[in-house]
Amino acid sequence: MCGIVGLFLKDKSLEPQLGNMLTDMLITMTDRGPDSAGIAIYGDDSDNSMKFTVQSDTPESDFETLAKDLGDALGQPVQVEVNSTHAVLIVPAKEADSIRATLASIRPNVRVMSRGQTLEIYKEVGLPKDVAARFGLSGMHGTHGIGHTRMATESAVTTMGAHPFNTGDDQCLVHNGSLSNHNSLRRKLRREGIHIETENDTEVGAAYLTWKMREGASLGEALESALDDLDGFFTFVVGTKDGFGVVRDPIACKPAVMAETDQYVAFGSEYRALVNLPGIEDARVWEPEPATVYFWSHDSAPTTKEKAA
Amino acid sequence: MQTLDLQEIGLREVNATLHAQAENTNQTAWEIVNPKGAHAIACGLDAPIEVTVRGSTGYYCAGMNQQATVNIAGSAGPGTGENIMSGKIVIEGDASQYLGATGHGGMIVVKGNASSRCGISMKGVNIVVQGNIGHMSAFMGQSGNLVVCGDAGDALGDSCYEARFFVRGSVKSLGADCVKKEMRPEHLELLKSLLDEAGIDADPSEFTRYGSARNLYNFDVDNAGAY
Repeated sequence: MCGIVGLFLKDKSLEPQLGNMLTDMLITMTDRGPDSAGIAIYGDDSDNSMKFTVQSDTPESDFETLAKDLGDALGQPVQVEVNSTHAVLIVPAKEADSIRATLASIRPNVRVMSRGQTLEIYKEVGLPKDVAARFGLSGMHGTHGIGHTRMATESAVTTMGAHPFNTGDDQCLVHNGSLSNHNSLRRKLRREGIHIETENDTEVGAAYLTWKMREGASLGEALESALDDLDGFFTFVVGTKDGFGVVRDPIACKPAVMAETDQYVAFGSEYRALVNLPGIEDARVWEPEPATVYFWSHDSAPTTKEKAA
Repeated sequence: MQTLDLQEIGLREVNATLHAQAENTNQTAWEIVNPKGAHAIACGLDAPIEVTVRGSTGYYCAGMNQQATVNIAGSAGPGTGENIMSGKIVIEGDASQYLGATGHGGMIVVKGNASSRCGISMKGVNIVVQGNIGHMSAFMGQSGNLVVCGDAGDALGDSCYEARFFVRGSVKSLGADCVKKEMRPEHLELLKSLLDEAGIDADPSEFTRYGSARNLYNFDVDNAGAY
């Protein structure tokens, strides 16, 4: 079991409340996942820069002089905004590809949670309400976001085992279910040169999507082929720069409820997660079909074809 | 009408109040307000009372029901009416997966659509769905009737025993050992009585009957390769 929530705003006036609404949804899903929680939030666009969300178990020592040390290493000014165990680094876009290697040499214990122009990922072990309070999630604003509450089945309860997982620039994945062929797939993906850090099954799912897209697939195509190549149970929600997507395995044991009004599209593992959203009484509420890839984006009407990212 | 506010008194108090109603209670009409998708609302009732839930429900609403009538004025979550023994459940909206699983008796009516695994392992319950049903419905259905006024998804009635299925629309695919069967007068009569009881206006002659070919009842050596 795990809980997933997602909220995609059509009404810009709700953007300042995105964090608040998502936090309420996330905490409602505590029963489904009390081990860890995480949120991916799509906020301010960093124009000609790239945002990296990084994490450290010893944030005081790792983050204190990080802006200066990273800036010196790159020969460029770098902005660092510390938030508890996480920090958001804002670096010039042209330096983005060298950041992981530079960080590995100057801060070997710092882990990269996400990379993107608007995406930030915050995740830790603990009850969802404590994780939300630690990062001040309810005060965050943005256009859309995805949250996850974890009840671990396939691997240890660690920060790196928590969701969401970053799959590519401004893309992330959360998962409810369990993959049964993750060991063989992990070996295959590592042979392909894909970096996989943990024994977690969902990280393999995320790495699979990263690999497919590296080979030229769109996110939609990567999700379609995931239906063939991933063995196990899954309801996936993927975040993209301008929207989110949903796909369930053909058996569709893992629950999923969607609601849509003129103001938003919302996803919840259970209807309970959606009950405090404005106008939910009159929303169109339905379950996404099995083995069907859905996308919502700011650019177009709902579609089962890939439009976002 | 007695009103129970679930937000105010909590689930246990709501269910304990309903469980306390005796066979011959005078308080037969109840409503539950502010359900907000909570789980296990009105589970395990065993009295001839009528309960209306004003809103959508979570997992296992009206599970194990006996005698009572439970109306859900909204949509219902997974496992609604699981193991229903008798009485009636009416869902105004849609029903999520495994509606009426293992139900032994009584009736469940869905005014909207039902999701996957509707009536899985049904053992005597009658389920009438005005809309469509999802995949793997009535898997291993043993007894009872599943009536679908819309379409059925993949693998209807897989490995079924003696449960009967009546579908007005299309069936995406039939499960193992489930076959189309002739509509005889007694079936038209049965279907009419089920539709009448469900309060749904549909012409029985527009439905097709499906059921077990009874080829899986006994082991056949020719099937050995299938295992």
